[in-house]
Amino acid sequence: MALQAIAFYLLATVTIGSGLAVVSVRNPVHSVLFLILTFFSAAGLFLLLGAEFLAMLLVVVYVGAVAVLFLFVVMMLDVDFGALKQGFARYAPVGALVGGILAIEMIIVATAVARGGAASGVREPMSALDGLSNTETIGRVLYTDYVYFFQAAGLVLLVAMIGAIVLTLRHKPGVRRQVISDQVARTAESGMRTVQIKPGEGMGE
Amino acid sequence: MDATTSFWATPGGWTLITVGQILAVMIWILLSLAFLLLADRKIWAGVQMRKGPNVVGPFGLLQSFADFLKFVLKEIVIPDGADKVVFILAPLISFVLAFAAWAVVPLAPGWVVSDINVGVLYLLAISSLGVYGIIMGGWASNSKYPFLGSLRSAAQMVSYEVSIGFVIITVILLAGTMNLQTIVEQQGGGFWNWYVFGGGLSNLPMILIMVPMAVVFFISALAETNRPPFDLPEAESELVAGYQVEYSSTPYLLFMIGEYANIVLMCAIITILFFGGWQAPFPTPFIESWPATAQSFFGFMWFFAKTVFFFFLIAMVKAIVPRYRYDQLMRLGWKVFLPFSLVAVVLVAAWRVFGPAQGAI
Repeated sequence: MALQAIAFYLLATVTIGSGLAVVSVRNPVHSVLFLILTFFSAAGLFLLLGAEFLAMLLVVVYVGAVAVLFLFVVMMLDVDFGALKQGFARYAPVGALVGGILAIEMIIVATAVARGGAASGVREPMSALDGLSNTETIGRVLYTDYVYFFQAAGLVLLVAMIGAIVLTLRHKPGVRRQVISDQVARTAESGMRTVQIKPGEGMGE
Repeated sequence: MDATTSFWATPGGWTLITVGQILAVMIWILLSLAFLLLADRKIWAGVQMRKGPNVVGPFGLLQSFADFLKFVLKEIVIPDGADKVVFILAPLISFVLAFAAWAVVPLAPGWVVSDINVGVLYLLAISSLGVYGIIMGGWASNSKYPFLGSLRSAAQMVSYEVSIGFVIITVILLAGTMNLQTIVEQQGGGFWNWYVFGGGLSNLPMILIMVPMAVVFFISALAETNRPPFDLPEAESELVAGYQVEYSSTPYLLFMIGEYANIVLMCAIITILFFGGWQAPFPTPFIESWPATAQSFFGFMWFFAKTVFFFFLIAMVKAIVPRYRYDQLMRLGWKVFLPFSLVAVVLVAAWRVFGPAQGAI
């Protein structure tokens, strides 16, 4: 128990500290690195809750894929770090307002859950019933009761992906692409021709 | 007896024993790496009809230790324009992550630091983090070649992770569990139970899918660890040494050990997922009467032999295959491996539901 408490306070401190650092450090690349640290320690908190599947997914999806793309883009930006923080005083009240609203919402939800459990009317957690691991439990719920929502979420992502491709796809004329079947099908006869060139004249076009 | 058992159950004792296990695994890996590195160079030399390192110790056996001393004793150079903290952090991250993944690798029956239910996902998570060491190193160097190398590496590792993920899903579907120790236990009793052959004679048709999947995994592992023929992030003819250009001394050593630890890890994962991990390739009823430690050691020998065999294959690939062009690499990842592994996932899932096992998980 003591070990878990130490781990919790350590991870919680790192999460909050790096979360603050995300918005306060000057260099945007450092911001993304702190964001990654935030994700990672949040995954640790999930582990402490016993939600090992969610923790691993958080790391695989957010840290391993999404944040890599963030870092990729931010690294290639050519930004003036000084100018980036210019409007800080102007935007601070708006940011504080949004942050405050979010914090109030989370406190309300947290107290409601602490008092009455998560939304009443939902069944007992399945893992308590038949001793399944939480991966299996999530799978059973996701692919049975919530299969339509699951599919709909997939469709939303597909539409977003197609949209991004449509917006950015450009066909440049005159690009020579490698056609491997053509290369393989080439023979000595089709790949070479013999010409007779008279001395002093060269080969015209 | 009672006093000792109760001590190991307390938090202090538990921490001690875990740290001891971690140290044992780390020292074993580092020692094996020293000789595997030498083997890598010797195999490479052998293919090219050279002798390879043969001066330090008999047959050059101590070459890696001499190299180690050389790296440690050199001066650490940090470029003036570098982002110093990130610059130092990058090799540390590479190194730590390469070893963190070994926590869930079952080395023998009962020999695993952490026997968790989502072992496969943990491996996937840790290996997907490995790219950060390289990106951070390339960016923090504040130099052109490292930056280009790290961009290449990021794109490459993210691309091949996708097909690795799908290949792993086929094994998870056959095994019905994500616990690595259970996956290995289910492949016991002979080589026909290995998942590369579909896992058991009743699943024999799956051999048509699982053998190609093992090959896809092997090739993706090469790309994921930036090994030749996919070593574009450090292609010496174009980028000098890619993301490692500005690194010297111990930080470079950490990068290199991390890289090799990752390669050996990939060999271990292929062994575990497809080739039965620590299971012998034949039924072993005769070891039932052996003491538990002897049984574990017997299993460990098989695991070690298989892992070294795959390392040998990877070393041979380095010596034999010419380097890919970057667009060919991307084409292979996205247009060949991804669709094939996706189809394989669908087919294996269909087999699990409609095949002879009929959803018995």
